[in-house]
Amino acid sequence: MTENKEEVLLMKGNEAVAHAAIRCGCDGYFGYPITPQSEILETLMVEEPWKTTGMVVLQAESEVASINMVYGGAGCGKKVMTSSSSPGVSLMQEGISYMAGAELPGVIVNVMRGGPGLGTIQPSQADYFQTVKGGGHGDYKMPTLAPASVQEMADHTVLAFELAFKYRTPAMVLADGIIGQMMEKVVLPPFQPRLTEDEIRAKYPWATLGKTKDRDPNYISSLELLSEDMERLNQRLQARYREIERTEVRYEQFLCDDADYVFVAFGTMARVCQKAVELARAEGIKAGLIRPITLYPFPSEILNELADKVKGFISIEMNAGQMVEDVRLAVTGKVPVEFYGRMGGIVPSPDEVLNALKSKLIK
Amino acid sequence: MSVTDVNMADMSVTDIIKPENLVYKKTTVMNDKPMHYCPGCSHGVVHKLIGEVIQEMGIQDKTIGVAPVGCAVFAYKYLDIDWHQAAHGRAPALATAIKRLLPDKYVFTYQGDGDLAAIGTAETLHACNRGENIAIIYINNGIYGMTGGQMAPTTLLGMKSTTSPNGRDLPINGHPLDMSKLLAQLDGVCYVTRQSVHNLVSVKRAKRAIKKAFQNSFQNKGTSIVEVVSTCSSGWRMTPDESNNWMVENMFPVYPMGDLKDV
Repeated sequence: MTENKEEVLLMKGNEAVAHAAIRCGCDGYFGYPITPQSEILETLMVEEPWKTTGMVVLQAESEVASINMVYGGAGCGKKVMTSSSSPGVSLMQEGISYMAGAELPGVIVNVMRGGPGLGTIQPSQADYFQTVKGGGHGDYKMPTLAPASVQEMADHTVLAFELAFKYRTPAMVLADGIIGQMMEKVVLPPFQPRLTEDEIRAKYPWATLGKTKDRDPNYISSLELLSEDMERLNQRLQARYREIERTEVRYEQFLCDDADYVFVAFGTMARVCQKAVELARAEGIKAGLIRPITLYPFPSEILNELADKVKGFISIEMNAGQMVEDVRLAVTGKVPVEFYGRMGGIVPSPDEVLNALKSKLIK
Repeated sequence: MSVTDVNMADMSVTDIIKPENLVYKKTTVMNDKPMHYCPGCSHGVVHKLIGEVIQEMGIQDKTIGVAPVGCAVFAYKYLDIDWHQAAHGRAPALATAIKRLLPDKYVFTYQGDGDLAAIGTAETLHACNRGENIAIIYINNGIYGMTGGQMAPTTLLGMKSTTSPNGRDLPINGHPLDMSKLLAQLDGVCYVTRQSVHNLVSVKRAKRAIKKAFQNSFQNKGTSIVEVVSTCSSGWRMTPDESNNWMVENMFPVYPMGDLKDV
């Protein structure tokens, strides 16, 4: 591979996460096997980045331990991550809440499978509520990226770290089993060196790297016993969330300019809906698609703007109807917002989605 | 004139506070914040010993502590080092990552018996089994102190607590859990010792043990565990003096003092 030429590779979404992590200067990955995302840990163990970049990779005893290892590493100002799938991510909620409370950056990749309970190993988007509404206890939010391709699995891993450190918050890459398992072309991100301890000290003065004489001790904690102090911490977090909502919204539009009807879908369902838009247009139905790339912050503004000129929206999800609530909040009743979804690991086809649009919105 | 030469009663206050007469000095790794611990509690003494060890080893800038949930949740307020406050039971998971990401640091956890022997059993056992090069300071007072004196996994049979008001009952609650004995079986563990801090001799021994645990963590020998059988006079509903005596009479037979493993 020459340095200036982009190499196009073929790999699974899960593998792309592992390679992107190594390349973006990740300091540590801590994870526990669970289908359909075990290739992330497996790829890292094959790549052995501790011999090249010095990245630590450890198979933990549970998802509970994994997220707490991430908490520990993050407190030292290190770029650390974990990954899991739905049941495992449920186990991580305590740790994610603690990270939010202690203002720690870190990346969690959730390759969703069907639930509730042990559910199925087939793809799903049923963790939308858990992720964007705060799955753990307390008032917190977490920047959430929804990749729709193997390329985005790589790109979002890098971007999630950027957002996590910019706002001192855990950030999630919320993929589904298809995006994790399917193979596609990908151009991996360029290599970035890991930060040295001196660089971390300069960049993140809160990091616990050992108390030097020139500063007070650093401590990483989410505990404030006095209500006034705890409210101040919450206010600081909320101010940060408002800033994230102002500046970090990302979405993609597909043929919305002249659309009468707009699909709203993320991840795998956005790809299905893109095909459905093409099928609709071939039939003379002016359909479009909004694909939220950030699920939190949610692209409410564009949906509200479009609501002034379209006849209706339909949210298409692999769940019982979760994101549709945020679409309705964004549209503020201006036009109908319908929902169509399948559960349990079933992926609706483009025809099925188009029929839903016709029967629910066009009638 | 030094204190060894004369009777203290013959000395004035100004004589006593002369630098040459000082026989003890508080470690500078401890700050002057008033402690929230109850009178007679062992935490304060153990904190002081950790501070002394860190100062003597000259590793204040290289030490990262992980505090538990429980009374010692505020350990970070008293020792002037960098700290993490872990979720209940998760300290060994945090310490694992910290030590692996910062292998040139001294990393220790400070955990109570509820933290280490109940909710954090898995994290503790697996960190030890992996042989993480960390020191675990394990305070065992047989009770949940901070939440008001509930039964712990280490509570003695027959011992009363707010959730075993008639005493720990074997058919209902099972046996007291001897974590040190369990952990000593693991190949990843190099040092397990049981200490106390209820009198001068025990305090000196406990300090030696803590120092050894810290030193071990830099010799790639694996995990070191210093259990300190401790008092909780508030949780036990006793005076500090009664607590010490009760501990010696009742706790020591179940949790005997001494080294369980030293590789």
